[in-house]
Amino acid sequence: MSLDLPLIWAGLIAVAVLLYVTLDGFDLGIGILFPFARSKEERDVMMNTIAPVWDGNETWLVLGGGGLLAAFPLAYSVLMPALYLPILLMLAGLVLRGVAFEFRFRARLRGRKFWTQMFAGGSILTAVAQGLVLGGFIQGVTVRNERFAGGPFDWFTPYTLLVAAGLVAGYALLGGAWLMMKTKDNLHGDARRWTSISALVVTVLLGAVSVATLLIHPRVAARWGFDLKDGFALDWGILLPLLPIPLLGLAGLALVFVMSRRGSHRWPFVGAMLVFLSGYLGLAAGFAPYIVPYALNFRQAAAPLNALGLMLVGTVAILPLILAYTGWVYWVFRGKIDEEAGYHH
Amino acid sequence: MDFDALLLSRLQFAFTIAFHILFPAFTIGLAAYLAVLEGLWLWTRREAFKTLYLFWVKIFALSFGMGVVSGVVLSYQFGTNWSEFIRLTGGVIGPLLAYEVLTAFFLEASFLGVMLFGWKKVGPKLHFTATVLVAIGTSISAFWILSANSWMQTPQGFQIMADGRLEAVDYMAVIFNPSLPSRLAHMMLAAFLTTGLVVGAASAFRLLKDRAAGVVTKGWSESRISLTMAVGLIAVLAPLQLVAGHASGEITHKYQPSKTAAIEGYWETRADQPLHLFGIPDRDAQKNHFEVSIPGIGNLIQGVPRDEVIKGLDSWAREDQPPPFIPFFGFRIMVGLGLLMIGLGLWGAVLIVRRRLFDSPWFLRFAVAMGPSGFLAVLAGWMVTEVGRQPWIVYGVLKTRDAVSPVVTSQVATSLIAYIIVYSIVFTAGAIFILRLMAEGPVAARTEPPPRGQRPPGTPMAKAPENTTPDDSGDGGVRGVVS
Repeated sequence: MSLDLPLIWAGLIAVAVLLYVTLDGFDLGIGILFPFARSKEERDVMMNTIAPVWDGNETWLVLGGGGLLAAFPLAYSVLMPALYLPILLMLAGLVLRGVAFEFRFRARLRGRKFWTQMFAGGSILTAVAQGLVLGGFIQGVTVRNERFAGGPFDWFTPYTLLVAAGLVAGYALLGGAWLMMKTKDNLHGDARRWTSISALVVTVLLGAVSVATLLIHPRVAARWGFDLKDGFALDWGILLPLLPIPLLGLAGLALVFVMSRRGSHRWPFVGAMLVFLSGYLGLAAGFAPYIVPYALNFRQAAAPLNALGLMLVGTVAILPLILAYTGWVYWVFRGKIDEEAGYHH
Repeated sequence: MDFDALLLSRLQFAFTIAFHILFPAFTIGLAAYLAVLEGLWLWTRREAFKTLYLFWVKIFALSFGMGVVSGVVLSYQFGTNWSEFIRLTGGVIGPLLAYEVLTAFFLEASFLGVMLFGWKKVGPKLHFTATVLVAIGTSISAFWILSANSWMQTPQGFQIMADGRLEAVDYMAVIFNPSLPSRLAHMMLAAFLTTGLVVGAASAFRLLKDRAAGVVTKGWSESRISLTMAVGLIAVLAPLQLVAGHASGEITHKYQPSKTAAIEGYWETRADQPLHLFGIPDRDAQKNHFEVSIPGIGNLIQGVPRDEVIKGLDSWAREDQPPPFIPFFGFRIMVGLGLLMIGLGLWGAVLIVRRRLFDSPWFLRFAVAMGPSGFLAVLAGWMVTEVGRQPWIVYGVLKTRDAVSPVVTSQVATSLIAYIIVYSIVFTAGAIFILRLMAEGPVAARTEPPPRGQRPPGTPMAKAPENTTPDDSGDGGVRGVVS
């Protein structure tokens, strides 16, 4: 029996990135919603809902990046220089946001205000930068001779800005829905309002991004059965099997709207996750098997088989363990965050 | 000198890694220290151990946070600035980095949450387990990073394919490459020493402050316990570090002769090399200025017979020589600090035996002064090893100049400036918070008033526990701060 190692690794990295986006997504969403909080106490509680888990969530980003480096070094070595500046912005945002968790509570008056702003600003910067990375990735990068051969600002287009706006709204949706689960009373009410508003914005931007993607990317459009070259043609035979993907997203949005109106604390978060899953699958449908869209497929970019095999052994052994104790940590810190009770005593 | 993408990328990597390395160097040892403290507390139930734990865990949380974020930066910088390095060698060292994430990062990150915020959520034994797992995680992380870096120093177990990319033929040989054992030992000892020196300095500072304030303490106060532990550690580990460093040097002599030549300031290939104590290596003149040397013992120091020829820098074309200035001085700074550490350990050990450890203000001042010496030695040692490897990024296999990304210089300049600004803010703030905590001292952790009175209810979660006890006493465990 021989395993299709590049395929397995493409799947694993796709899952790692999805986990990162949804898990750190609500962390970043908390930061994005920070400026809308009414009071310092509210911000404290918001931060406390994610304090014990954000570091673990962010590790999926390192696994996504490190996994891409290790399993598809060629893709990594093409994409990173191509997206140099947005990645720089993302890292700067992550640094400022990450230390703010500790610093904000250590700081005194003015410092505290500063680190509150850094937490919000860093989260927003990270989300915008990730949106630019995603948009730049979808747009495609210039590859010649297995190396990046484009310019430093190729990633900066109206399209990528639109994607970035969409991702910020999406993270805010995740963050709001997370807060609905984890908080009570006034803050819960605020979270409910934030969730509904960001869900509206997401609906609009998701639609806009989908249309824009079809318009700027004929090959993606073709994958979805649209032919926009001369006039407008639609091949239902291609579109129909893919239709469940956007329907899943719509169902997610419906879940957010309906269930938050009905007062559910949990379902809006499930709905928000479904929206992200649908967007993710939608992209995969447009690109698979390319890992650098329409330039390199995952087989061309894969590391040598013995490297993939070695890593798979460890992953099969360790990943279930990671998932188990990550789950345990979430379980330990389950339930609502109480404003009265300082959490850890 | 051209400020091209290569030079700027090197500066940027040097800057970001110099910032980063301080935190692992400190947190590896500190995590282990916390595990020991919590274990001792569980075992003896002496409050002092828990007070110490709760004090140092705050500093750990701050340092760990800074280490995490600066580490994420590095993992992406391989791609942004050194994409050719990854394109060519990713197939060999990629799995090592991936294993670091799988075996170490998740362990640390997940159990850190329990360690910092789980006091009331889990039982004391489970909490202790979390602390131990975080400590294990930091050490596993060091193993993989040292393995990857050692492979870059002494590469083996690979072949070069027709397209120039490297593939592993024997992963055991890649991971357990010749320089790994001695370099790992050297780094781990450095980490423990760094922590010991910081803990010792903070404790000594506290005792000096008490002395100055005329506070008379009897018995085993927190600071006395931690000073004794730190001094004991240094007394044992500092001499061991000399042995590990020497072993590392012998491996370097064997596998990276050009690095040895740069470190020792040898320009001439000859038998019976002298030992240069001082000098200013000059690459243009291909000699040392102001040399102070002891003839006849250079070979001895390298562990080779006196009549054996040791290569000087003249064995390489000038562009293949490492720039000697930094390795030469870095090495002397590292060794000098190491000798001071041994001195500190010996002096302290004598005082412990005589039961006068807390009564010698000069010793306490020395211990305070030596607080940052571990960091300095780590930085110096790291520069020796990395600059000494030049012009190679993978010694003898891949030149640094062939490893850089095809990116525009202005981008690299922009990012370098951005990193300098962001890191200055973060590093300054972090250093202030840590020093402020250290000045408060471990005893303060029990009696500290709420800072300036506006810690609202519900605040303290996103930080290390403060004035808290696990729920073992039945009184809810809250003491002091929360009003």
